[in-house]
Amino acid sequence: MHIPDGFLTPEVAAACAVPAVAAVAYGLHRAGTDLDERRVPLLGVTAAFVFAAQMLNFPVAGGTSGHFLGAALAAALLGPWLACLVIAVVLGVQAFMFADGGITALGANVLNMGVLGGLLAGGLIAAARALAGRNPRVLLGAAAAGAWLAVMAGAAATSLELALAGTVPLATVLPAMLAVHAAIGIGEAVITVSAVAAVLAARPDLLGLPARTFDPVPA
Amino acid sequence: MLRFTLVALVLAVALATVVSPFASPSPDGLERVAADSAFLDRGRAHPIQEDAPVPDYAVPGVTDARVATGLAGLAGTVAVFAAGLAVAAVVRRRT
Repeated sequence: MHIPDGFLTPEVAAACAVPAVAAVAYGLHRAGTDLDERRVPLLGVTAAFVFAAQMLNFPVAGGTSGHFLGAALAAALLGPWLACLVIAVVLGVQAFMFADGGITALGANVLNMGVLGGLLAGGLIAAARALAGRNPRVLLGAAAAGAWLAVMAGAAATSLELALAGTVPLATVLPAMLAVHAAIGIGEAVITVSAVAAVLAARPDLLGLPARTFDPVPA
Repeated sequence: MLRFTLVALVLAVALATVVSPFASPSPDGLERVAADSAFLDRGRAHPIQEDAPVPDYAVPGVTDARVATGLAGLAGTVAVFAAGLAVAAVVRRRT
């Protein structure tokens, strides 16, 4: 879902960069205050995993592929604001090292693929925790729903930006983007739930659940 | 935490290096919609992207396309991990 340069007008790109920069700046602030020693490597490895998984395009209907975005996974592991930061790191490396996604469009891409999904999924997971406590099944359900919604929100925002830029009418782009991303979002949910379940099995304490009281396989 | 980090990092490197060459080559959702709605050709590289070290996820000069993609995945995963650690380390030191 990476917007290249040329799809958006400078005005629309700038308007998207403002909330993106604000969210990433707040993510940096939260990283400074919230990141304890053990979450520093968790941030790095979450970003690395999101980058790797984004390379694995999977086929959806009709000669079209989709790929993982990762904002919901990052939000499940690190919270909504650090998720914005993680996705911004991934998208920054992709734009400058791989020429994937535009430079002037970087703010829009961070907004669409990082901020919206991170805050939506992170908010949903926080709400689920507040309502249902530290139940692993509820956490996985919230991660799945958050992942699908993150992809749909990103697709809707991308459509709106393209329409505001006059690139394509909203009535054309919005239904098309939502239809294809409804399928891609299922892939996002499957990958997110698999990864969160793996972390739950290996290190539940990283997700705020009690550590296992005994380890059947001694470390 | 060291063991968790190492296992997760090895998994990420393996996915990016070994699995990514076999990923679907089809256009993604936005590229598909852009092609169908005839605005795909408006996309262009920014001038500073002309010098991107690994354009289009293929390490230049490697003739085997799958090897070029796998090496790009390896380089990118390591770069993103390092960038994430660096950002976290810098903001933690400053506060």
